[in-house]
Amino acid sequence: MMDHGSEETGQLADGVRSGDVLRIARALSIVENGHTAASSLMHSLFDPARREITIGVTGPPGAGKSSLTSRLISYWRGLHRRVGVIAVDPSSPFSGGALLGDRVRMQEHASDSGVFIRSMGSRGHLGGLAGSTRDALEILSAASYDPVIVETVGVGQAEVEVASLADITILVLVPGLGDEVQAMKAGIMEIGDVIVLNKADRPGIDQLEASVSASLEMMPAEAVRPPVIRTSARTGEGIDDLTSLLSSMARDLANTDEVVRRRVSLTLESILRERGRELARRIVHREFHSTEKAVDSIIRGDTTPYEIGELIAGYTGTGERT
Amino acid sequence: MERKIRVLIGKPGLDGHDRGAKYIARALRDAGMEVIYTGIRQTPEAIANAAIQEDVDFVGLSLLSGAHGHLFPQVARLLREKGGDRIVLFGGGVIPEEDIPQLKEAGFRAIFTPGTSAGDVVDFICSEMENPS
Repeated sequence: MMDHGSEETGQLADGVRSGDVLRIARALSIVENGHTAASSLMHSLFDPARREITIGVTGPPGAGKSSLTSRLISYWRGLHRRVGVIAVDPSSPFSGGALLGDRVRMQEHASDSGVFIRSMGSRGHLGGLAGSTRDALEILSAASYDPVIVETVGVGQAEVEVASLADITILVLVPGLGDEVQAMKAGIMEIGDVIVLNKADRPGIDQLEASVSASLEMMPAEAVRPPVIRTSARTGEGIDDLTSLLSSMARDLANTDEVVRRRVSLTLESILRERGRELARRIVHREFHSTEKAVDSIIRGDTTPYEIGELIAGYTGTGERT
Repeated sequence: MERKIRVLIGKPGLDGHDRGAKYIARALRDAGMEVIYTGIRQTPEAIANAAIQEDVDFVGLSLLSGAHGHLFPQVARLLREKGGDRIVLFGGGVIPEEDIPQLKEAGFRAIFTPGTSAGDVVDFICSEMENPS
């Protein structure tokens, strides 16, 4: 088993569990920066059965995700729940910088000690999230924020990763998308457990609903069709319908064996992907000295990327090849 | 994953002129930093809370209303109280020269007055990162 980390990591984990805001913020930076202490910290904080619910909020840019998130925060604060929010915005592929502006729409909660909001840049990670969002959500959960709401970057068609870490994913759409909804049906349209038609006070809402219904009708007969709710985060219209639906879904899901198993298996999958890549790279380095040298070998015609793939897949760790 | 410089840009007080703040925010982003922009009309308490939760290295405040003598030191005090004393503070806006010593006294490492280029702010942040005092 793994070394349980330094004393410092242990203190940090204790601080997170006791709700110490400074230590929570520090822990989030550690996982975000891929610090060497990240794994042992997460090892001591991981508990897939602790939280009731994680909500994902996704949708195209400008759909009102942050304003809707703000409404959801208000609802759970009204029930005296501590609410965590992770809001992801895209990092520039050129400068690596990011403008993280989701707090602007959540200002009313900025002085509320029962709300912890953390902004994250995607830092080159594809899929609509940052690479460390899953760990960040686990940290907020360990600090007894429940629910945690994860807001993705503004997404197009294929950024569906949020569905792999949220228990309930809300897809937010707005009038004016028109035929785009048709184009979205194969990717993002399939991940919404709830579809919210936001900005319902705007013209075009009927066309949007018709377009969404048409695309849902094309789903396979056995598939569960997500409920569709009209809201206006601006006027508050439909928000009660949405929150009561979410509450009843959360009650049905909360810590059932199925939900816990799903969380564990998705976390393991994500670790396998991440660490598997590291391991594969190490094997290539052991065999070829460096990735560059492997490329040289391929160019010389000594091997191919596919043969290296086979080598990795058959690696036993003893230097023998199967 | 490489560590990013994180900067919070906030506007305390009641003036709604955020062009300067947004200009600086974009310039810092283009210099490779992660910039948390919190919007206009923020209380010192809200800015300090956000800075702590976001674990930023810098907080930059922008104010054009003339209330800097009151609001800037409040943010500095709240940050210290909340354990954010390693966060470097800077400010900008319509601030008379004679007010600057008092703000520096309150903990602001730099005050940028009208006419400052975004490059000056980037340089300031980079030099603070290299030579933390």
